[in-house]
Amino acid sequence: MSTFLKIFAIFWKDMLTEFRTREIIISVLVFALLVLVIFSFAFSLGADEIETIAPGILWVALTFGGVIGLNRTFALEKENSRIEGLMLCPVSRAVIYWGKLAGSFTFMLVIAVIVTPIFLALFNLPVFLPRLALIIVLALTGFASIGTLFSALTVNTRARDIMLPILFLPFVVPVIIAAVKATGPVLTGGPWSDMLTWLQIIIAFDIIYLTASSLVFDFVVEE
Amino acid sequence: MLGLGFVLMMAALFMVFVYVPTEKNTGVVQRIFYFHVPVAWVSFLAFFITFIFSILYLWKRETKWDSIACASAEIGVIFTTLVLITGPIWAKPAWGIWWTWDARLTTSLVLWLIYIAYLLVRSLASEPSQGARYGAVIGIVGFIDVPIVFLTVNLWRTQHPSTIIFEGGLTTPMLITLMVCLAAFTVLYVLMLVQSADIKLLKDKISKLKSTIQE
Repeated sequence: MSTFLKIFAIFWKDMLTEFRTREIIISVLVFALLVLVIFSFAFSLGADEIETIAPGILWVALTFGGVIGLNRTFALEKENSRIEGLMLCPVSRAVIYWGKLAGSFTFMLVIAVIVTPIFLALFNLPVFLPRLALIIVLALTGFASIGTLFSALTVNTRARDIMLPILFLPFVVPVIIAAVKATGPVLTGGPWSDMLTWLQIIIAFDIIYLTASSLVFDFVVEE
Repeated sequence: MLGLGFVLMMAALFMVFVYVPTEKNTGVVQRIFYFHVPVAWVSFLAFFITFIFSILYLWKRETKWDSIACASAEIGVIFTTLVLITGPIWAKPAWGIWWTWDARLTTSLVLWLIYIAYLLVRSLASEPSQGARYGAVIGIVGFIDVPIVFLTVNLWRTQHPSTIIFEGGLTTPMLITLMVCLAAFTVLYVLMLVQSADIKLLKDKISKLKSTIQE
């Protein structure tokens, strides 16, 4: 089997589990929507502030939703010692990393695809924004790259539900700042040049952490 | 080493409070600069040492490398805390505000949060060897995060007296004082690191002895 097929097999296992249990996507989706709603109440937005505050609200919802989703993907592996089965697979650890990464990324993407149009509609913004889709794909890649590493790490610690956000959030500060900054001009219909620097930062983060995480993932899962 | 540290620290205290002239724009509060800068330097140095020894530990798997990495992270967190305290004390009279989301301030804060998470993960790991491995992984990826955080926040907004040292903004006595303080705090760091790493190794030894006795 080629490496790509092996990665796909692990990815597909996660998808099948999700199709049958619907444990992650529905719950995270509801949570992310709640974050949107709570923030709207907390800020009681008028029409003027929307453009400055709205990007922040969207990214808080996607980040918090992402953390909860990440927590679940490895917590499920812990149940019935499925993680040991995964480790017994005759594949390198990097393949497991990429497979789990693809799964986490897909979950986050599905949630973003549903949450974002609802968010845009709630704030009376144009519902279809291709440039926003690009930012979301890049930023979620960053979230998933470091998030997969850390969820594999924290799943074996005590108090794992709180450890993942504590570890994950400071690391993704650059992605959050850059994503919020890039989303601003998209919502107001600003030029490409305003968001280009920020996209470069997210891409740099993605590349660095995809490389670094697949290198150190071995050490996290060895038992 | 201990003697050298003591002499340097005394000299640093004398120079900061007696020798160095008061800066004319910001006044006496500027003297905190001679503590703030060395403490900030030590905190970055400490996290760099953690980074190096984390790699060494994952490579060689010897407990001594891990105890140095962990000790250095602990000291780094203490010194970053001091940076985050001395900074606002100076910022309030100088800028009129306690805190601003400037690149250096924000990077220090994010670093502080990352390494607190590092210490938490270590203490919550189910066994010491697992904590060491997890710590090493976070020590490595955490240090890689620093330049990206710095670059991002720098683009985001910045307000910090950065290059004053290199533009000749400091008079000679000020520069000498700063150098003595840097040396004093670096020696202090090395002393603390050696002591703390030693204690960790001893603890490890004791727990191993205990488990042999129980068997």
